[in-house]
Amino acid sequence: MRIGVVTFPGSLDDRDAQRAIRLAGATPVALWHGEHDLHGVDALVLPGGFSYGDYLRAGAIASLSPIMAEVIDAANKGMPVLGICNGFQMLTEAHLLEGGLIRNEAGAFICRDQRLRIENTDTAWTNGFTADQEITIPLKNGEGGFIASEDTLARLEGEGRVIARYLDVNPNGSLNEIAGITNARGNVVGLMPHPEHAVEPGFGPDTVAAMRSGVDGLAFFTSVIERSLVNA
Amino acid sequence: MPTIVVEVMPKAELLDPQGKAVAGALRRLGKTEFTGVRVGKRFELTVEGPADAALLAEVQELADTVLSNSVIEDVTSIFVLEAVAGETH
Repeated sequence: MRIGVVTFPGSLDDRDAQRAIRLAGATPVALWHGEHDLHGVDALVLPGGFSYGDYLRAGAIASLSPIMAEVIDAANKGMPVLGICNGFQMLTEAHLLEGGLIRNEAGAFICRDQRLRIENTDTAWTNGFTADQEITIPLKNGEGGFIASEDTLARLEGEGRVIARYLDVNPNGSLNEIAGITNARGNVVGLMPHPEHAVEPGFGPDTVAAMRSGVDGLAFFTSVIERSLVNA
Repeated sequence: MPTIVVEVMPKAELLDPQGKAVAGALRRLGKTEFTGVRVGKRFELTVEGPADAALLAEVQELADTVLSNSVIEDVTSIFVLEAVAGETH
């Protein structure tokens, strides 16, 4: 399976996303924001970072990039797309996901290992988790407060489209402690914390077993690979 | 050369952490007469030709779709700023 990672001006975690894809067992394909070409990939990751320095609104200018026309078209046809952090912001700005992300409630940038509960295991990116599985992956954002209108929020909750919720603390003031959501079809997922930073022993969050041994993020990437094998 | 001004504010019902931080600074300066601060954005779009109805309609469209995100912000005003006589640029 070939999974594309789009690099935008100001992307930070594109290389980490590529590494996560490789460790999960797929082939990462580097894609460039300025092209109109997905190079025939089977799935897409929009990585974290500060595209265009968060100018205008976080993810807003990137969502207007040339390649986003192809990304939106592919997503609407069912291609799995995962937006992490800044990628999540791009997906909301591109209207592939509902709601929006605003500056953290406390006004400060937050960086911590964050406990989450996976609440929807039917999506392309979460089917490898067990229902209500609790995981820990890094969180690092300045504009991670998820907001949506009352109607949208009720619909997201009612349709089970909240895929992950913050546990212990709500780090950024997100409504209903929402850390990630999916579209109605379950192929597009946006997540504020960073699974790509918890994929290799020695480089992940601390666990009770050993320091930096946490690899809870890997299942996001193995999920999409498993799903492609089932569909093949 | 007319300039079209577009002003965008965070939605009133949403928390504006930036405004909250500024309000906190004013409070620390002893400026207790200000009970709230909200921070918005002002865009100045310059055009060569006249700011006619067609152009203003286009600006309205851009204001709603690009310059603001209706999930989190409102376009509060759009108006034309005529060039001030004697301006050097």
